Amino acid sequence: MLEVIGLRKVYRTDRREVEALRELTFTVGAGELVCLVGPSGCGKTTLLRCIGGLLEPSGGTVRVDSAPVAGPPAGMAVVFQEYGRSLFPWMSVRDNVALPLRQKKLPRGRVNSLVGEALQAVGLEGTETAYPWQLSGGMQQRVAIARAVAYEPSILLMDEPFAAVDAQTRADLEDLVRSLWQRLGVTILFVTHDIDEAVYLGQRVIMLSASPTVIQDELTVDLPDKRNQLHTRADPRFTALRTHVYEQIQAAKIAAQPSPGPVR
Amino acid sequence: MILRLSGLAALVALAELLPRLGVVSPDYLPPASGIAAALGREAATASFWTAVGDTLVAWAIGLAVAVTAGVAAGLLVGAVPVLRAWTASTIEFLRPIPSVALIPLAVLLYGTGLGSSLLLIVYAAFWQVLVQVLYGVADVDPVADETARSFRFSPWARVRHVLWPTALPYVFTGIRLAAAVALVLAVTAELVIGSPGLGAVIAVAQSSGAVPVMYAMIVVTGVLGVLINVGARLAERRFLAWHQSVRGEVAL
Repeated sequence: MLEVIGLRKVYRTDRREVEALRELTFTVGAGELVCLVGPSGCGKTTLLRCIGGLLEPSGGTVRVDSAPVAGPPAGMAVVFQEYGRSLFPWMSVRDNVALPLRQKKLPRGRVNSLVGEALQAVGLEGTETAYPWQLSGGMQQRVAIARAVAYEPSILLMDEPFAAVDAQTRADLEDLVRSLWQRLGVTILFVTHDIDEAVYLGQRVIMLSASPTVIQDELTVDLPDKRNQLHTRADPRFTALRTHVYEQIQAAKIAAQPSPGPVR
Repeated sequence: MILRLSGLAALVALAELLPRLGVVSPDYLPPASGIAAALGREAATASFWTAVGDTLVAWAIGLAVAVTAGVAAGLLVGAVPVLRAWTASTIEFLRPIPSVALIPLAVLLYGTGLGSSLLLIVYAAFWQVLVQVLYGVADVDPVADETARSFRFSPWARVRHVLWPTALPYVFTGIRLAAAVALVLAVTAELVIGSPGLGAVIAVAQSSGAVPVMYAMIVVTGVLGVLINVGARLAERRFLAWHQSVRGEVAL
């Protein structure tokens, strides 16, 4: 379970302060798939880095399974948007996936079986000896997902993972995330700027305001668990939900316009 | 390749023709065939190979020391921001000092022995490596580093698996530059100080009027330079096959 309580982040430079996150409180239950969506520049990445223990918040706490986060917590894996930079170009696909497991000091046999299973789960059998840069963008992001899955996290953070792949690949990868989530029972916090993607993937959608960020609204996606690119997206309920999210994001943008953020 | 070799052949032909046609005095520039003959005679003597060996030993030891020290210092200084800021102005002051300006100091400390050559070589080559390693360390991709942190890599694992591979292409550039500079300084030290090696042979040949031998030795230093550069390039290809400067076309 992931708890975010009163999270606040102010970036300070010599001359000014920029309040990125004002006050964020939400919970992601064990085994839940929650999407965070917000207007561009709303501090989604800042939030994710605070949750991942990569960035120190200015206030508030993040708890993973009741333990406060100070530095990257055990049992959490992150999939970054920039797969090309997140994968190590000097290592084969197999070594990229295996390296975090070796850091965990798992026995060699266990590492090999986890790597094999993870690559199979994302549909990349046979690419073990290739280098990431020899693969297409979508396949590279699959490698990054395999690396995260092989790590056996209880919580998976995904930071706009499909923002840089084409629409068809994106649909495939969305279905991949849904099926991995259902099979592995992992908790997923999925950050995106794509409203359709958020509604299609999530059990819940948390909408963020423009920066300085608060929670604009929260929505339970009452679509059937079995989702399908064709039928789910054509479902009137899906359309109604996405309209609601869209309106909230628009409202957040408009609310942000009069004051361009406090600059002190 | 054929074009390059034909360019070289034209140069040799020109060096043959100019003295023969009397454009330049053969006393100052003997024809290429004369230089080649002198080279052939020298190559048959043991003293020539001793001189080549002396030069290469000084070069190799000096380069090894400079690379080891440059990489170690570069990783340390580059990885610790405080050290980087603290040493920046010192590095910028020491780096441009021409190594040859240290010749009197070298003679004072080590006379005409190997130590003098090494001092000059190490000083000149060290900065080449250090500066490249500093660039390399600064080039670490923040996303790659955050990936390593998010998977809870130890500080040592981050150096080993992220920082070092990122810096490696720069290290190779540094080694290639340092290898060339080290040869220049090795020959310079032998020429000026008289420590044993090819440079000393060139100086002796010049002062005794053996002009073709002098040219032959100059050619040998040039050949050594080419071989060193080719070797460094091959090593780069071997160890940086993954890097975009080497890997060429990406198969999608």
